[in-house]
Parts: sequence; structure tokens; C-alpha cells
Amino acid sequence: MQLSGAEIVVRCLQEEGVDHVFGYPGGAVLFLYDELFKQDKVKHVLVRHEQAAVHAADAYARSTDKVGVALVTSGPGVTNAITGIATAYMDSIPLVILTGQVPTYAIGEDAFQECDTVGITRPCVKHNFLVKDVSDLALTIKKAFYIAATGRPGPVVVDIPKDITAHKAEFAYPKSIAMRSYNPVVKGHAGQIKKAIKLLLEAKRPMIYTGGGVILGDASAELAQLVRLLDFPCTNTLMGLGGFPATDRHFLGMLGMHGTYEANMAMQHCDVLLAVGARFDDRVIGNPKHFFEQPRKIVHIDIDPASISKRVKVDVPVVGNVREVLKELIRQIEAARGGPDKEALKAWWTQIEVWRGRDCLKYDRTSAIIKPQFVIEKLYEVTKGDAFVTSDVGQHQMWAAQFYKFDKPRRWINSGGLGTMGVGLPYAMGVQMAHPKATVACVTGEASVQMCIQELSTCKQYRLPVKLVNLNNRYMGMVRQWQEFFHGNRYSESYMDALPDFVKLAEAYGHVGMRIEKPADVEPALKEAFSRKKDLVFLDFITDQTENVFPMVPGGKGLSEMILV
Amino acid sequence: MRHIISVLLENEAGALSRVAGLFSARGYNIESLTVAPTEDETLSRMTIVTSGSDDIIEQINKQLNKLVDVVKVVDLSEGGHIERELMLVKVRAVGKDREEMKRMADIFRGRIIDVTDKDYTIELTGPGSKLDAFLKAIDQVAILETVRTGASGIGRGDRILKV
Repeated sequence: MQLSGAEIVVRCLQEEGVDHVFGYPGGAVLFLYDELFKQDKVKHVLVRHEQAAVHAADAYARSTDKVGVALVTSGPGVTNAITGIATAYMDSIPLVILTGQVPTYAIGEDAFQECDTVGITRPCVKHNFLVKDVSDLALTIKKAFYIAATGRPGPVVVDIPKDITAHKAEFAYPKSIAMRSYNPVVKGHAGQIKKAIKLLLEAKRPMIYTGGGVILGDASAELAQLVRLLDFPCTNTLMGLGGFPATDRHFLGMLGMHGTYEANMAMQHCDVLLAVGARFDDRVIGNPKHFFEQPRKIVHIDIDPASISKRVKVDVPVVGNVREVLKELIRQIEAARGGPDKEALKAWWTQIEVWRGRDCLKYDRTSAIIKPQFVIEKLYEVTKGDAFVTSDVGQHQMWAAQFYKFDKPRRWINSGGLGTMGVGLPYAMGVQMAHPKATVACVTGEASVQMCIQELSTCKQYRLPVKLVNLNNRYMGMVRQWQEFFHGNRYSESYMDALPDFVKLAEAYGHVGMRIEKPADVEPALKEAFSRKKDLVFLDFITDQTENVFPMVPGGKGLSEMILV
Repeated sequence: MRHIISVLLENEAGALSRVAGLFSARGYNIESLTVAPTEDETLSRMTIVTSGSDDIIEQINKQLNKLVDVVKVVDLSEGGHIERELMLVKVRAVGKDREEMKRMADIFRGRIIDVTDKDYTIELTGPGSKLDAFLKAIDQVAILETVRTGASGIGRGDRILKV
């Protein structure tokens, strides 16, 4: 049967099992919206700005194992979406972004709302397509979903000119797909796995360091099994939190610039390091030169060969799907005669406990002003550690990462790579859409939240009962902290003047607003907010303006050169 | 160190810009880049001449392989290979220079492919160093215009790059 391009797109989405599309209509996508209108399998979520559409689709993907889908119009629709696409790209999130384009005959003529979408998105997508013939449409969309979800995941843009959505073609959705130029590796190399096991079993001071790859590869059960089997310490990157249960005694907390003392010290002083789905980035290992002053052997498991030996030379690279490789490691270690060196391990754990005893996350609990750390601790208690927590970017993000103990993967949703302020609220929307019954908290700050504040309207329209935990210190806190440490206390443009009354603002959008100014009111306020199952509650916590995030590895310094409280 | 890398990629619109974009985004050098369809018209073959430390070259190879349109990548400099470049040079050819230019072209096994009463256009192929040597050997002020294709390369013997 002949279908129009627009019908084909919607049928493809249905075939892919897409239940939510986040988007915003416009001239170039009118035929597509017309087809969405005529069916009810694919639900469209109307955002207030295209950036939020991509962020919401991104969080939808992060909190499930599905591909997120966004739909925007040509020109400004695309340029508004770029921040969302780049954010997803940096964190390897599987997305398909459908973009409208001016009709094929108008491309290149500087038509109304025209932009070179394929050109403008190329550096921040895994791949992109411009569909020039309606008969290629179904195969292109199939490829887009396949590329987005396999290998190292990432966003894929499909640019569809308006006339293509009107043209007709025979529709048949391809069942499977093979591409000669794209064949992601799955299984790890057997010889490399053998070498890895030898190193791990000979280790005197081992360390396991895992990142977002464990979450995206759904390998957290295997990771927990391996850590407990070996009795090795484990740390997670910001992107990897929840990949290993934070309440397990083997967990040393997050590592990196604002990582714990014990995690960073163990990372620096280990003799064998197993890196799983992590990429040794600058916020994680600090100065690579300093990192190498301590000799150690490194085993690196990653699905992306280009992530291996990019910043740090490794001894045993294992390219493959992390879950497959971890399974194989466990199988072979269990079958091996003799386990790790128990004596050496005992001494290593003793050392780690000394570091842990430093209690690097301590803060003033007697303060008469609300400490931001205290709010996160109470949030953890009130939500029983079982909420989905999204965050924006800055100090509040680090405190959430340090003080909310994530025991499950896909519960901690934040922008790690690009560090995009403004993601928190649209992320919370995407998560709540994917998990309608779940408790969703957005930890944010008064600066970040204003970057996508218009989405309070979307939340009203779809009755999304997310809880915003606004740590309001009247500063771009992380900027202020760096200015205090490195720029002689000159707080250049980091003070947030003329703030709105967030309580009234929330109310103006039809939500509930609460302002909390005393430490004693923190817990009751959180309890009340989370008991309102149907309401979005904006909790505006007036926090200590001078609080800093510790520990801190200053830029250019080594992991063991932390500034401590 | 200088490397010459051959890439087989899908012959699709935008494939070239993906490679060029990769090099500029990651700050890699491109000394030259040539591309044309192969005998299988669904495939293009690209030759990139670049330079960098071993670590950078390793990353370049990996990043090229990561591009969805790229089918195969071979670093030709890892083994025996031949490279050739084509150059067209327009030189002033009047008076005693006219005979001299003809002689120099012959010595370098070049061919004069266009003649006017004032100038010659000489076609020369060879490794880049030979083309450089020719330009050095002739009278500098006589050079009116040059155009070079950049290097194309192929492995020696049974080193074959094919899908």
C-alpha cells in the first residue's frame, strides 16, 4: 500500500515500539503532526522549547533502556535542539531526533526557516541523514534506531524535507539490518581477557573504576558480582553512579575532581586498575602526568576502541560489550585455581579504611543556616533512597552525587560530559513520563533552573508531579567557588540578582511552591512535598551562600592533591 | 611522523565532510586529502596524508574507523607502499628559458601538455618529494602557477585494500 512520507514516519515509530515523542510543531513538520493527530499509539509530549524536547527524550532514554525520540521543525527548531543533542552525544545516550527541513527543491536557497541541519549537527551526533527520496525513508529510520542503540550509543538525526513527508511510497518496515560500514564489536578478545585475569589475580592493591558504560550496557548486576567475587574496592564516575550499589561496603564513593578522599587515594595508589566503561576524562583523573607518577597496570574494558588509550595508555585493552566481557571475566575467575592475594588485599583494605576514616564529606551540622548537603541527606532519607534524581549542573549536582546514595542504575540522571545547565527540569519530565508512578526529584539551583523554567508549563499540561529541590544560594555556586579559590574572591557576574519569588512563580504555573529557610523545616517540608503525589512542588531552600564543594582536585593537579575541608 | 592513510568509505553526500570535520574538530593535521569513487561506484577511496605522534596516529585510525560511513582504514605507511601525486606547472617559456624548461621537464620525466608562445604547462607525477625537487630545480621567477592533487597511495604486492 502506498503511504505518504508522514504516514511512513509514524508507522516506523510504531514499529520501533516508540510510545513517547517529545517535540514542538512548525511549518516543515505539519504533515508529520497531522499523522500523529490521527493515531494514539505514539503519544506526543508538547514542550515549551525544543531544547527541552531533546533533554526530555534523553532522560527518557537514560532512565529506561529505550531509544528516546524528539521531533522538531526546521531552522530555529533545530538550532534550539542543538544543546540537547550535544548533551546526549557527550554522554553517549541513544536518541533519534527527527527534524523537519524545507522542501528538497528549496534547499540551498536560504528559504524561510532553512538551516543546514546535517552540517550543523554533524560534530555532535553519532550519525545523521538527510532523506532525499521518500522510498528511502523507512530504511533510513530503521538505520537511525539501529545506530543510536548499538555499539557505543549516541544521538542520530534524521532530517526530512517537507515535500518528502507528502510524497508517497510503498511501505515495508525492514525486519533486520546489516551495514558493511558499521559492525560494533560485542565479545571481548579471549586472549585479552586471559591477560586481564592474570593481572587482576596478581594484584596487591587493586581498584575497580567504572563509568557510564556500565549503566548504558546494563551491566551493573555483573559488576556487583565481580566486585564481591574478588573483594576489590570499587568507585564510580559521576556518570557511573548507581552502576554499583552505593551502600555496599566495597564502594568508595565517586572519584574525580569532587570525589571522595578514599576513592581518589585508592585510584592514585593502586597497582592494578580495572576500568569498565569509563574514559579517564580530565574531571576524573586530574593531571595525567601526576597520575602516572605511580606505576600501575591498567585493564580497560570499553565498547569504543577510540576511548582506549586516548588520554591514558593502558596495558590490557578489551574491546567489547561490558556486560559480555564482565560475564566472561566472572566465569573464568570462578573456574581459575586460586583467587586474589588475600593477605595483600587485607593490608590494602586496612589502608583504605584509614583513608575512609578521614570522613572527607563532613560539614557543619550545627549551622543555623541550611547547609545544602543537609538537604540532600534529608532528601535521601525522605525518599528512602529510591527516587529517580535528576540534577542540573554546578555545586548542587556535586552534592547530590556525593550525598544521595544510588543503589540502582538509571536512577541518577545528569549531564556529565557537556555539563549543561538547564537540563534538570526537562530531565525530570522525561523520567516521569517513562515512569509515571515513580518518585522523581530534580536537584537544582536558582541559576540552572531558570535556564529551562518555561517547562513548568509542560509539567502542568501533563500533570507531572516532579519535586524540584532548589538549593538557592543566590550565586552561580560553582563559578563563585572557583572565583573564591582561584580569582581572589572577585565574584565577577556570578551573583544572581533580581531573582524571582519561586513560590509565586510555581503558583503562577499552577503548581505548589514552598520556601524553606531554617534547617529544622527541611525534613517536614520534604515530607509534605513528597506526600503530595499528584502535585509538582517547587521547594525553594535558602541555603548557605558560602558553602563550597569538598574535596576538590584543582584543575591541573593530581588526584592525591585534594583540597579537603 | 608523516603517515599516509587510505580510507574506503560509502560514496554518499557528506562523507567527505565527516572526515574533514573529524580532523578539524580534534585538531589533527591534514597535509593533503584526495578522494574519488572506486571501480565499485558505491565506494569512495580517500588518501589522507597526515602527521603526528604514534598516539595521535592511533587515535586518527580509531576515530576514522568509528565514522559510520567508513568501511575500512589502512595506514599504508605501516608497510611497503607506493605513493604518487600529480602536479601541473605553468612556467614562463621565452628566450633561452624555453629550451631550458623543455630540458628540465625531460630530466624529471614530465610532459609538456600545453604550449603557447610565452609559456608551457608541464605535467609531472611522482612522490611529493620529486615534485618539490622539480620546483626547486627550475628558475623560481619562471613559475607562473602550480596545482597539485595531493598524494594517492597503494600498498605493494599483496597488500590489498578492498571490501
